[in-house]
Amino acid sequence: MFAPTIWRFGKMMDPLHEMQRLQRDMNRLFAGVIQPTTNDYPAVNVWTGKEGAVITAELPGMDTADLDISVVADTVTISGTRLEEPLKEGENYHRQERSYGPFTRTLQLPFSIDPEKVEAKYEKGVLKVTVTRAQIDKPRKIEIKSE
Amino acid sequence: MAEEKDLRPEANSGLTTERTRAKKVYLPKVDIYETADTIVMAADMPGVDEKSVNVMLEKNVLTIGGAVTPAEFEGYSMAYAEYDTGDFERAFTISDEVDKDGIEAVVKNGVLKVILPKASNLKARKIAIKTE
Repeated sequence: MFAPTIWRFGKMMDPLHEMQRLQRDMNRLFAGVIQPTTNDYPAVNVWTGKEGAVITAELPGMDTADLDISVVADTVTISGTRLEEPLKEGENYHRQERSYGPFTRTLQLPFSIDPEKVEAKYEKGVLKVTVTRAQIDKPRKIEIKSE
Repeated sequence: MAEEKDLRPEANSGLTTERTRAKKVYLPKVDIYETADTIVMAADMPGVDEKSVNVMLEKNVLTIGGAVTPAEFEGYSMAYAEYDTGDFERAFTISDEVDKDGIEAVVKNGVLKVILPKASNLKARKIAIKTE
């Protein structure tokens, strides 16, 4: 009974541990809801529901032929190539801010995906992938018997 | 390919005027290139279509912009977010070299393309050299 008190006391007095905890708390405080967690392209947003999930990604100026979506178990992979507009001779850039090239993004979802029920739509430069939870992975309600 | 959207500078920076609606405004990423007869501007504005786009020329200032409806899916709640949505707006000063009546704009797959034809008296002319 005495031992845990000492242990707790010892932990409180450890300055390094306290600093790390403080740093963690501060990071969480300033993180907010929207946080750019990665420099991966494209940035994605994920919505989840009972039936599955919706993944959206901003991919302006793509051709659907250059976009590839694949699903394995609980992961979704979005890959493709954004092609640069070829300039003719004598044409030159005043400014070039948009980026080009190949990209791959893999997301792991907290459930298995039914590969037969994946829908992808590309509209206004925004890709929307709707995935459905595999039947086997759906939560089951357990009945409680009373005697 | 780093992906982070740039927020438009706030009004107190002295660069822009402020909007009445409190909605985020992003600066679209823009490529501008020059061809023999035109200057072409391509702006990435995902979520913008021909109905919500706005291209305006006032004196020498060309303003491009577009309204984006935030995504919402019934029965789903947001679990993870890497990007935020807002409207787009950006203004450019264009020179007198542009034929202001001939400006064309198209929107396709979230990319706005504005074609600014060069004024005809400024188009490059090849001078024929005569031999004696």
